Amino acid sequence: MSTPMLSIKNLKKTYQVGDGEIEAVHNITLDIAEGELICIVGPSGAGKTTLLKCIAGLLAPTAGSIELAGAPVTGPPKAMAVVFQEYSRSLFPWMTVRANVELPLKNAGVSKAERDTLVDDALEAVELEHMPQSYPWQLSGGMQQRVAIARAVAYRPKVLLMDEPFAAVDAQTRADLEDLVRDIWHKLGVTILFITHDIDESVYLAQRVIMLSNSPTVVQDDLTIDLPDQRDQLTTRSSKRFVELRTHVYEQIQIAKASKPTGVTAIQKTSKR
Amino acid sequence: MSILKRIAYFVGLPLLLIIMWWALTLGEPNFYVPTPAQLITTFWEVWAGERFATDFLPSIIRLFIGLIATITLGIVLGILIGSFRWLRSLTEPLLEFFRAIPPPVLVPLFILLIGINDQMMIFVIISGSIWPVLLNTVEGVRAVDEVLSDTSRTYGIHGFSRVRHLVLPAASPQIMTGVRQSLSIGLILMVISEMFGASSGIGYTIVLFQRGFAIPEMWSGIAVLGLIGIALSLISKAIEARVLRWYHGVKEVQRDS
Amino acid sequence: MNSRMRNTKVSNAILGLTGILLFLLAWEIAPRLGIVRERFLPPASEVLVTLFEYFGEGAFWKDVGETMLAWAIGLTLSVVAAVVLGLIIGSSSFLSKSTYTTIEFLRPIPSVALIPLAVLLFGVTIESSLLLVIYASFWQVLLQVLYGVADVDPVAENTAKSYGLGPFARARYVVWPTVLPYLMTGIRLASAVALILAITAELIIGSPGLGYQIALTRSGGAVPEMYALIVATGIIGIIINFGMRFIEKRVLAWHSSVRSEVGA
Repeated sequence: MSTPMLSIKNLKKTYQVGDGEIEAVHNITLDIAEGELICIVGPSGAGKTTLLKCIAGLLAPTAGSIELAGAPVTGPPKAMAVVFQEYSRSLFPWMTVRANVELPLKNAGVSKAERDTLVDDALEAVELEHMPQSYPWQLSGGMQQRVAIARAVAYRPKVLLMDEPFAAVDAQTRADLEDLVRDIWHKLGVTILFITHDIDESVYLAQRVIMLSNSPTVVQDDLTIDLPDQRDQLTTRSSKRFVELRTHVYEQIQIAKASKPTGVTAIQKTSKR
Repeated sequence: MSILKRIAYFVGLPLLLIIMWWALTLGEPNFYVPTPAQLITTFWEVWAGERFATDFLPSIIRLFIGLIATITLGIVLGILIGSFRWLRSLTEPLLEFFRAIPPPVLVPLFILLIGINDQMMIFVIISGSIWPVLLNTVEGVRAVDEVLSDTSRTYGIHGFSRVRHLVLPAASPQIMTGVRQSLSIGLILMVISEMFGASSGIGYTIVLFQRGFAIPEMWSGIAVLGLIGIALSLISKAIEARVLRWYHGVKEVQRDS
Repeated sequence: MNSRMRNTKVSNAILGLTGILLFLLAWEIAPRLGIVRERFLPPASEVLVTLFEYFGEGAFWKDVGETMLAWAIGLTLSVVAAVVLGLIIGSSSFLSKSTYTTIEFLRPIPSVALIPLAVLLFGVTIESSLLLVIYASFWQVLLQVLYGVADVDPVAENTAKSYGLGPFARARYVVWPTVLPYLMTGIRLASAVALILAITAELIIGSPGLGYQIALTRSGGAVPEMYALIVATGIIGIIINFGMRFIEKRVLAWHSSVRSEVGA
């Protein structure tokens, strides 16, 4: 098998709090192939955000390693982009939408002509091509998150990390944005790591769903989603297979919430029911 | 509110006060207070004449240079100190002490160190008015939003680029608060340094008039200072409106939600 | 406070102390090495010794007293005037609108512009200092009081009105709790301004106090004494600063327990 795009080995992260420590992540081992769309779900407090921050190079792990296309991650890697949950705080309020999307490219030294093309394409992909001169605070929550996604798309990363990006957005907008993510994934072939607490969303979006246990956090289960590649909110979600898959995930999460994990550190098996 | 009503509120009270002033000085000439007409003619004679070049301009230039140096130095040092936690902790008690020294006492200090000249006055202005800018900049840099900072890191926005695109704009509301305060302190220090020891300038001229009991001339000097103060206030408001347009927009949205 | 926070606080305190010590060291060495002329900048030790000698002199404390007297009286008078005027102006829409331009016009006028007037009217007395202190402090407090009154919750006020509470009762139960935090901010700002103006008046006009002493020591060439007095003013400034912050915290802690009743 070729080198996985993202390779996480025995990742552990502890924080010093008070006179003791809190272990946010106990032992995570996970491989993600190039072009995969995987979702990570887990109960609240399972250290999902900590995990994402370690992968993104924003936090240094206490133990274990992370490799992006074979190269170790020691700081935020160039080929990675992140979409955070708090969209209003991740966009620069003193810049227009267009300037926001353009900034990472400008900073990377991309030529103006190429920048313009990338930005135009990205804004079109998220359907915001008609408001480049607006300011983020003039837009609705869903639109702001689209801007953040456009910014990540224009950057043309190899890996896109998304930290519960639609948690703070209303259900209708969330459905549109979910479809947008799959669209972009199809068009660009980028590897996506999507963290969510929404079980249905994880099954709808992913090729694989990784379920995390409760603290001490490990990978509890790894489920391959064999739904068709073309999905839509109405038919896919009401299909028999979808219901089976989501039930499996739901049950796993319930187990995770209720008890300590079984002590198995990394599960690479795929479960089929 | 109709335009007429708005104008009435605008000029009503000032006009009333001026009329009262005129009425009260109608009779015999008052030693302490000139009539409005007297003040205007004296003002014109004194400040539009020779003194414009010999006293008014030097003062304004000193003030201008002092303030520009203050703002630049304050922001640069503030960004430096605010960006490194250890540096902040190291310098904080020292800065608090220096800030607490009433700026006017620095006038005799600098006269001792530098003598009575333009440099002394500029140094006095800087050493007194830098504190609001410096300390507010440090605070503004410290309080940059964490999510925005993480976003910048993931997109590889470091060093000078980070200061330019993230730190400076994010801290600008706080910095402007400091700049506003430093403008008024700078003006006060300019006047004090001139009153205490100088051979030219508005402050020096006012003291000269007062000692010579040239009362209407003295009042005209007070009026000049008042006008400069108002001008500075208007300028800083205008700059703020421009630089912080985005900030006011964000605040408005927050208020409505 | 858990141990991680405690560790940070301790390390911050150590760093701060180190900063002060480094500064004192530099101040001690520079004149001795001749980097700065000792005549113009005496070493830290000399200045501090002089300062301690001052602590033992009655005349020094008399000067401190004069400065603090001007500060205290001026601050109190300006606060009272600003609160009264601020409440009156703030609670009337007509008054707020008609006084706006006058306030915006008078406020930026630097109080030092009044120095010659003070000399003419009062000569070299504490009244001169008071004129300057009051003029400068008044605006600080007035502005804050006006902000505070503007912040009063109109729903709470209307509710009070509908319960038949007259203007004084409303002022006490609705307006005052809202204005109080603003007032405390104003007093804190004004207390710093008052010190500055008190010293300025003494420095330039010559009214009795520390500022006058500083001018004397400079013209008399008593250089270590001058520096010692400057350090003394800094210490007073810090004491006032911390004192005011402490009072502000105390008053507002009590206030927030009262404040919750405003909306109810």
